[in-house]
Amino acid sequence: MTPRISYFEASARKRINGIVDPGTFREILPPEDRRVSPHLGLFDAPVSFDDGAIIGEATVDGKPVFLFAQEGKFRGGSLGEVHASKMIGLLQRAALKKPSAVIGLFDSGGVRLEEANAGEIGATEIVRAIFETQAAGVPVIGLIGGSCGCFGGASIISCCCDTLIGSEEGRLSVSGPEVIETIMGVEAFDSRDKALVWRTTGGKNRFLFGKLARLVSDHIPDFRSAVIDVLAPRQPDSTASLRKDLASLQSRLDTYGKDTDARQIWKQMGLDAAKVPEMTPAELAAAAKKS
Amino acid sequence: MEHLKWEFDGGVNPPAPGKSPCMVGVVASSNLEVLAQPADLGGKCRFEVATTVAHFDEAWKAVFEDFMERQKPRDVIFAINDFAAIPPVVSIRLDQAWETLSAS
Repeated sequence: MTPRISYFEASARKRINGIVDPGTFREILPPEDRRVSPHLGLFDAPVSFDDGAIIGEATVDGKPVFLFAQEGKFRGGSLGEVHASKMIGLLQRAALKKPSAVIGLFDSGGVRLEEANAGEIGATEIVRAIFETQAAGVPVIGLIGGSCGCFGGASIISCCCDTLIGSEEGRLSVSGPEVIETIMGVEAFDSRDKALVWRTTGGKNRFLFGKLARLVSDHIPDFRSAVIDVLAPRQPDSTASLRKDLASLQSRLDTYGKDTDARQIWKQMGLDAAKVPEMTPAELAAAAKKS
Repeated sequence: MEHLKWEFDGGVNPPAPGKSPCMVGVVASSNLEVLAQPADLGGKCRFEVATTVAHFDEAWKAVFEDFMERQKPRDVIFAINDFAAIPPVVSIRLDQAWETLSAS
């Protein structure tokens, strides 16, 4: 058995190197260019030479791809001005150069507080750049499995991707648990109940809801295999496909709208709710197919 | 933030030929990133530090002197973004950067 190479614990650079064909990654605006945040210094906060965003080109399974990766350990993978601009530039280049896909490795709590306005604008420009890239026929694949999960502006960006791949450890939600509790009250969501938090925002629930196209274990080679598996030309959007998406959202609300816990939803889906947390990704995928 | 800079007379070991700059570590609490860049400094080594913790000039200098003594590098700029790493962590990160830069 090969030893586990944790995606959750790895740095953004290590993740990229494990996803792409060995030795093929060519970084754009590498750290030696020292494009650091123009804002953090005003707050007497430390900067990073890559502003926590790594962008570049490589091949995966021999196919040319563009990649961006967020470093969750630097300021929570937050979207600062430079950080966001690197992602925007990469996506715009992809719309021109038309690689087989853009692969985004998300690990972010959202917009960087110190760069609020610039970061928010950056997040919206990334969304537009994703749409432009997709309109050019290039699919955007998102990976979620880092320690910061994918929250706030980053979660909105991730949900614009064509395909999301994630692990149980990779959480996805617009607002973080503490934010929801603050706004809605502890009876609505108890942020200290970690089991509740994970079964709500964690990869398994997101997979069962169809948000993650693939659920993988916390092992970098498994992320790579899933990427290779979903690398395919983009299916263009149509009015019919948008109507279908809207109908499925409505039916989700009709079916599960009254539920207050993921376990009730899993039961309604025909799953053994008590067993879901112990299941491997393959077991869960098989059970979800059957139910 | 405090910004510090030192230059030391280098040792006998240049970076491996044709090496690209390398970066190790991450700017997370109690950690730091080290960007190691080959540069023609006439045999010297330069250390550029941006740190969140002020008044530790002597500790930085001691760590760099120890590193220069052990590894004997030359013609390298070590640029550091520090978020309150303790001296042993700084030492290990420098070694890690030099290991990458000197490996042929």
